[in-house]
Amino acid sequence: MNLFIDAFAWIFDPANWVAGAQSPLPIQDRLAEHLLYTFVAVLIAALIALPLGFYIGHTGKGRQFVISFTGGMRALPTLGVLFFLTMVLGYSMVSTTANFLGTMIALVLLAIPSILAGAYSGLESVDRQTIDSARASGMTELQILVKVEIPLSLPLIVGGLRSGVLQVIATVVIASYVGLGGLGRIIASGIGLNDYNRILGGAILITALALLVDGVFAVIQRLTATPGVGGPADTGRSAVRRQAQRQPATVGTPNQERE
Amino acid sequence: MIEFRGVTKQYPDGTLAIEHVDIVIQPRTITVLVGSSGSGKTTLLRMINRMVDPTSGQVLVDGTDVATVDPVRLRRSIGYVMQNGGLLPHRRIVDNVATVPLLRGVAKSAARARSLELLDTVGLDRGLADKYPRQLSGGQQQRVGVARALAADPNILLMDEPFGAVDPIVRLELQTELRRLQSALDKTVVFVTHDIDEAFALADQMVILRTGGIVAQIGTPAEVLAHPADDFVASFIGADRGQRRLRLQPRDPASGRIVVVDSAGRPAGLIEDDHASIGDGASPDVKAS
Repeated sequence: MNLFIDAFAWIFDPANWVAGAQSPLPIQDRLAEHLLYTFVAVLIAALIALPLGFYIGHTGKGRQFVISFTGGMRALPTLGVLFFLTMVLGYSMVSTTANFLGTMIALVLLAIPSILAGAYSGLESVDRQTIDSARASGMTELQILVKVEIPLSLPLIVGGLRSGVLQVIATVVIASYVGLGGLGRIIASGIGLNDYNRILGGAILITALALLVDGVFAVIQRLTATPGVGGPADTGRSAVRRQAQRQPATVGTPNQERE
Repeated sequence: MIEFRGVTKQYPDGTLAIEHVDIVIQPRTITVLVGSSGSGKTTLLRMINRMVDPTSGQVLVDGTDVATVDPVRLRRSIGYVMQNGGLLPHRRIVDNVATVPLLRGVAKSAARARSLELLDTVGLDRGLADKYPRQLSGGQQQRVGVARALAADPNILLMDEPFGAVDPIVRLELQTELRRLQSALDKTVVFVTHDIDEAFALADQMVILRTGGIVAQIGTPAEVLAHPADDFVASFIGADRGQRRLRLQPRDPASGRIVVVDSAGRPAGLIEDDHASIGDGASPDVKAS
């Protein structure tokens, strides 16, 4: 227990928060970097994964390919990807740029599968009859997507983002291996200095940050649950994972005879 | 007027859903497409608003081949009611009803006002306007579905087993209501059901389909009852089992009423007017209970 008390004491030591302190301090700068990296990585991942997920969920096309592809991506060791990319990119550009780019690509690759799974499984969870009826009323495909499918699957879409953000927050730590910032720097310097308070303090900060952001997303998820549609019973990360792992069911096209 | 001309639908795997169908549907009538599962009745219905396109043949609405009309525009001009109402669960009742007018660009306040009127038309309390579909009973949702289909004031109303999911009492109520609305609003209604009794209750014209999308018989309920085209139709409408073969029992001395019974002797109804001239056997106008 003493270890933890000392670690918390380190975190709350005002000296560690003084601006201009010796690197890797002050803590708030590293926190800000950590959040910035997370935000940029998830934003890029979302810009790629959400449209792709909406396309797959709406049309049912390419589903099989994407499931196996993202399954493979999940198995990639991010640290390995990071070292590989910084090496490869290092041949053609300045090492600082290569390191930053390599880190971002590795983190984006990490976030894509969850966000993609959330988007397409969210859209697939929408009742086929509701979509069919919207189409029969004279909605265009885009209107069906924007006015029916996305609103109804928003909690699952946010669930995918939530899951992606958490993974990235936990993994940004590796940025310190290639000389970038983030809370990983605190842990790395702690290891170098044999300063256990600093190591544990850094780890606790990352955990607290992850829990806090997760909490924020839990609230968003609850708020996005459309009022007319049941409780939040089947939302959240576990539902996204379940759906993502589910074997592909035969999804009928809306034009097929329902009988 | 809606016309099917030599319409065939074949799926890529070779299955024939519809085989060379010709039907003429007169304006301001109720035509019921009836048949068991796999008879293609829903497919036929959905060809009218291009939810399904035929592989060959034409579907004409008022003389225009629907294949030449943009599907989105076509669908906005035709009312569509499906089982369970097909309402948007995340929108309030009033907004559900206003779906099509809003898509057509009608101002929100005008669309809302019209929605409220339509709730009256279909016999729903305006107090339900701000509720969500989930908070309504099956029968109420079904009425909202009808109101939504009427919102754009279409000439044609397509109904795909709309009363399949409600209990028999509510279904009867909705059927009566539909007949009333149809005669009041002068719509051309095309109605799909697998329930032959529902078909008899609603139809001006009925189209009996057999598996594989082949028309077995087209006619008024009376014609179909009196002259089933073949054994399939006879069996489908229950004529071969004696359910439709009614006879009159001798006048009950105590009440002075004439009871109609089916071939098994089960009472099926009463003759309303004792003085009505009764021909040989039962007429199709005798209402089965």
